[in-house]
Amino acid sequence: MAQNTRTVPVGTPTDVTQNHVKGGIGESTLRPDGTLKVTGEFAYSSDMWHEDMLWGQILRSTVAHAEIVSIDTTEALVMDGVYAVLTHEDLPAAKNYGMEFQDTPVLAYGKVRHHGEPVALVAADHPETARRAAAKIKIEYRELPVITDEASATAPDAILVHEGRDDHHSGHVPHPNIVHRQPIIRGNATEAAKRADVIVTGEYTFGMQDQAFLGPESGLAVPAEDGGVDLYVATQWLHSDLKQIAPCLGLPEEKVRMTMAGVGGAFGGREDISMQILASILALRTGKPVKMVYNRYESFFGHVHRHPAKLWYEHGATKDGKLTHMKCKIVLDGGAYASSTASVVGNASSLSVGPYVIEDVEIEAIGLYTNNPPCGAMRGFGAVQACFAYEAQMDKLAAKLGMDPVELRQLNAMEQGTIMPTGQVVDSPAPVAELLRIVKARPMPPEQQWLAAGEAADVRALPGGLSNTTHGEGVVRGVGYAVGIKNVGFSEGFDDYSTAKIRMEVINGEAVATVHTAMAEVGQGGVTIHAQIARTELGVQQVTIHPADTQVGSAGSTSAGRQTYMTGGAIKNSCRIVREKVLEIGRRKFGSYHPAWANAELLLEGGKVVTDGGDVLATLADVLEGQAVEVEEEWRHRPTQAFDLVTGQGDGHVQYAFAAHRAVVEVDTELGLVKVIELACAQDVGKALNPLSVVGQIQGGTTQGLGVAVMEEIIVDPKTAKVRNPSFTDYLIPTILDTPTIPVDYLELADPNAPYGVRGIGEAPTLSSTPAVLAAIRAATGLELNKTPVRPEALTGTL
Amino acid sequence: MRVNFTVNGRPQEADDVWEGESLLYVLRERLGLPGSKNACEQGECGSCTVRLDGVPVCSCLVAAGQVEGREVVTVEGLAEFAKERTEHAGCASGTCGTSLDAAKKWEAKPGQDSQTGEGVELSPIQQAFIDAGAVQCGFCTPGLLVAADEMLERNPSPTDADIREALSGNLCRCTGYEKILDAVRLAAARQERQGEAV
Amino acid sequence: MDFLRPASWEEALAAKAEHPTAVPLSGGTDVMVEINFDHRRPEYLLDLNRIELLREWEVGEENVRLGAAVPYTQIMENLRTELPGLALASHTVASPQIRNRGGVGGNLGTASPAGDAHPALLAAGAEVEVESVRGNRFIPIDEFYTGVKRNALQPDELIKTVHIKKADGPQQYSKVGTRNAMVIAVCAFGLALHPETRTVRTGIGSAAPTPIRAKEAEAFLNAALEEGGFWDNGKIITPSIAKQFADLCSGAANPIDDVRGTAKYRRHAVGIMARRQLGWTWEQYRGTGRTLEGAA
Repeated sequence: MAQNTRTVPVGTPTDVTQNHVKGGIGESTLRPDGTLKVTGEFAYSSDMWHEDMLWGQILRSTVAHAEIVSIDTTEALVMDGVYAVLTHEDLPAAKNYGMEFQDTPVLAYGKVRHHGEPVALVAADHPETARRAAAKIKIEYRELPVITDEASATAPDAILVHEGRDDHHSGHVPHPNIVHRQPIIRGNATEAAKRADVIVTGEYTFGMQDQAFLGPESGLAVPAEDGGVDLYVATQWLHSDLKQIAPCLGLPEEKVRMTMAGVGGAFGGREDISMQILASILALRTGKPVKMVYNRYESFFGHVHRHPAKLWYEHGATKDGKLTHMKCKIVLDGGAYASSTASVVGNASSLSVGPYVIEDVEIEAIGLYTNNPPCGAMRGFGAVQACFAYEAQMDKLAAKLGMDPVELRQLNAMEQGTIMPTGQVVDSPAPVAELLRIVKARPMPPEQQWLAAGEAADVRALPGGLSNTTHGEGVVRGVGYAVGIKNVGFSEGFDDYSTAKIRMEVINGEAVATVHTAMAEVGQGGVTIHAQIARTELGVQQVTIHPADTQVGSAGSTSAGRQTYMTGGAIKNSCRIVREKVLEIGRRKFGSYHPAWANAELLLEGGKVVTDGGDVLATLADVLEGQAVEVEEEWRHRPTQAFDLVTGQGDGHVQYAFAAHRAVVEVDTELGLVKVIELACAQDVGKALNPLSVVGQIQGGTTQGLGVAVMEEIIVDPKTAKVRNPSFTDYLIPTILDTPTIPVDYLELADPNAPYGVRGIGEAPTLSSTPAVLAAIRAATGLELNKTPVRPEALTGTL
Repeated sequence: MRVNFTVNGRPQEADDVWEGESLLYVLRERLGLPGSKNACEQGECGSCTVRLDGVPVCSCLVAAGQVEGREVVTVEGLAEFAKERTEHAGCASGTCGTSLDAAKKWEAKPGQDSQTGEGVELSPIQQAFIDAGAVQCGFCTPGLLVAADEMLERNPSPTDADIREALSGNLCRCTGYEKILDAVRLAAARQERQGEAV
Repeated sequence: MDFLRPASWEEALAAKAEHPTAVPLSGGTDVMVEINFDHRRPEYLLDLNRIELLREWEVGEENVRLGAAVPYTQIMENLRTELPGLALASHTVASPQIRNRGGVGGNLGTASPAGDAHPALLAAGAEVEVESVRGNRFIPIDEFYTGVKRNALQPDELIKTVHIKKADGPQQYSKVGTRNAMVIAVCAFGLALHPETRTVRTGIGSAAPTPIRAKEAEAFLNAALEEGGFWDNGKIITPSIAKQFADLCSGAANPIDDVRGTAKYRRHAVGIMARRQLGWTWEQYRGTGRTLEGAA
């Protein structure tokens, strides 16, 4: 592993350079793609267009679990304008793909395992022709019983969702319908429970959440003359896609050239493959460019969702509020295909204790194979479900102890040096108590804001909003708190790296840099940060961000809050090497002109080589003179370890992130409608490379947590395993009238192990937002609410 | 069927339109104007919002045949539309917007040049969205811009509740809306200042 | 699929007579969703956008003659005094963009129990004027809804105008949804006081196979108000009367469990809305200085 994790502590010379170059780190530099995005010119994957292109259409299963008896494509094939109708029999090479487990069929063969699984494909000259042709494909199913929960999955006579498993977890799981099981045992929870004066237990249910990114799965596959394919898609990880796509096309990776098209949000839902392989197969088969765009209905079947979960928790405490022990079991429903279920299990298990010090724990997390929709990555990744449950437990415990819920949390708060249940020492700042203090200290939003107008009640400020359901009747305010812990980056021994290619040259007398990575810009603002880092490190004003593609090494996934840390770190590292090379050239050329070339610490600032004392030795134009310096290097974070499969011990995580929320809600207690009035967040971000983006990420993550608290859930019929609400009419996400003001305080306590001290920021706010809202609703209603989302029925006893 | 209508001040003609096609599809796939976005195609997200004879509508729910002879303004024409409004109180000259040729030549180009609004003429609301950090993935942005611009036209000094109500038909999944509110407030404030200056 | 674009009402009627399966298309807020999602492939789409008279309204002595395609935005902005209940209902319709396109004719044509306008029309009292090449007829709103997404229209008829009684007293409207904007009704309720006739009328949406009135509740309240001399003395309605009214409204509902809510909740929510609206309208009637416009 490259030994380049030495960091520049915040406040040392790298920060100084921003005085010389506009748009360096620490500034709220504006997005480089902003103009294109506000003028409608930014090319998203669904905007791709090619002369003579065809439209691809998928036919998906109408049942959740069935043997495929027959597929008849005859009628579809003879339709005018139809160029190809394909089934699994037409697949050119590998029939399965998958990120961790190659268990997902490109097109179903033998059986279908979930509602909406792709079974056949059409390419036609117009989307409507393709739809009509798909409708003419006849599929005969022989339905099988559906597996929908732990009981049906692990029953002695349960049908195996996947026969003959042969994956890295199949050897140790207690049942083939369990994807992965991760226990963690530390101390002796049963023994420690005897010291407890108070014990609380709870059973919690977390609903299935959808990423609901706005840009639908889409892209364009263009067949190439060399027999390969050029693919323009929206993804979170080009190289992971490539590794899965090439074998299914029977092509070497170099013949599958991937370019990142504009991504309309991701949130984990684009980490797995969607239309990439299917469009490519159609393009190769027809010899024509093929565009595919899922509509919103299809999008609900087109990507994995957040794992729904059942969680059982027991916490004990002494009467002065010190936690004695914790026991929990977490069951995550992975659905029909594994996706990243195993890693989600590892996360849920290892973060199930929350940001608290508990010496004696007994933890078990499992992920199931069922016939429900496949689940995988979504912002928060296993830590979200656990946080919802342990934070509910903290409130329960506080109530039972008669303690203030914030004080109880602060009393048990983790800090730097705390040992996690996995045995890993938290070796960088963990300001859990401080974050809680900050949100608690904020002034409360004014009461009864609906009266502020002076005349009639302003319903826009009331639960129910424009629907005019209350003018203040039944409305009760509640306040709730929560705090969470999230790992940053890929864990459990994964060889996680990013690659940055940096080129520095002089154009028209000015030193300029080009940053080329495969980082997926999904909206988070990586492209802004990358240019800021290059400006800071190389002291040049003009930085060009090269489009992300597979012509450069992998940047890893835009997920797990890792990109600023990882690709940012890779850019910083490559820039450092470029700088050394530039200085080397300078020394060769001008070393004899001034002793400082040999003796002083030299920096690149404002397009010049300067000493740390600020003396200018040469301009970069003079140093480089038509010569370009280019470096492509991989960069790794410090290695992690796998968790022991029996004890769960191991330094599994790269970094931890913390956020706390205070939710103020107003509940119409008679109708069970909720208005969130304010959702304040405090988070440690390590170092805010771009404060504007930092706050934007925190507000966005907070809002997704709010959504799952009060409205978001994919509803699956337990009898048929069919999705009941695959539309934006019935899967609701917060509107601007559902979203409160979100004041943000952030701390910058540098992580000495991370570049610039950064801490991944995108995920932590999604954790604590949900339990804070739940706590506030409980405070307003006095009800014990153990399920997300909180539906009006749960608040009015009308389930 | 054939449909003739005006987009961003320029006459457009679309041929061989399937009767079930939406205005959104025609704009995106036939006229090379993909700025209006296809996020839900069921009127729930507002990302396809355009002005139809001046009125903000979801272009996914307007049948192509219904726009025959009518005027459409999309995000691509918003800057020009706003400019015309300031200068002549309306985009009537017929010269604003993207030319037919330019529109047809439009093609996805990976790696567009880096810009933050310099050197490009933007409407006040477009500039404010950039400046306030209201753009993340940007997929909701075109619809929000068209809706917000129209609100400011009607209501130059909106309260926060007014902004929220006017934009309640536009879903955003990235920002949590706070910076969108900031952007609209910023545009309103700048507009007011500009008004005072004139 | 054929796209028919009549330039006049007469042409539209002729087209509908010739092609009775033609689906009228106005705001497109229902039909286009069905087309976009491949739920419907009508043989003919009958575009009504070019027919001016459908977008016009006229305030008469007793009624408002509301063109079937007058957008909800116009109703909200221009008819708050004459049709306060419908104006409030219009304000709850989806989003500004949808309100700019959709109109009452679409709600009536689709006849979904979740259509936002229905409870307001039922409470205010209305007649639907439909027409075909055979002539026109007026269908009382109470007889208009004939089943789940079915109405009293003949295949060759089009909805032309809705004749709605001008408010002679306070009206209210609420709908419950699980979001604070842009939501389809879990259930909805409308109430209109008619002091001239000393009666009340109600409307319930999304809590029965069709939009309905809570007639028993109306009868109870009419009697109770009369008996207590409330119309004259303007006293506060006693909690027991309000509760009984709410319970009867609740009882009138005949809802189902679906993905948007349980039957039990719907029944419960109808009762709460009924009780609150009785309070709001009665306070307005008692003349606490508020206008007849909805508070929203």
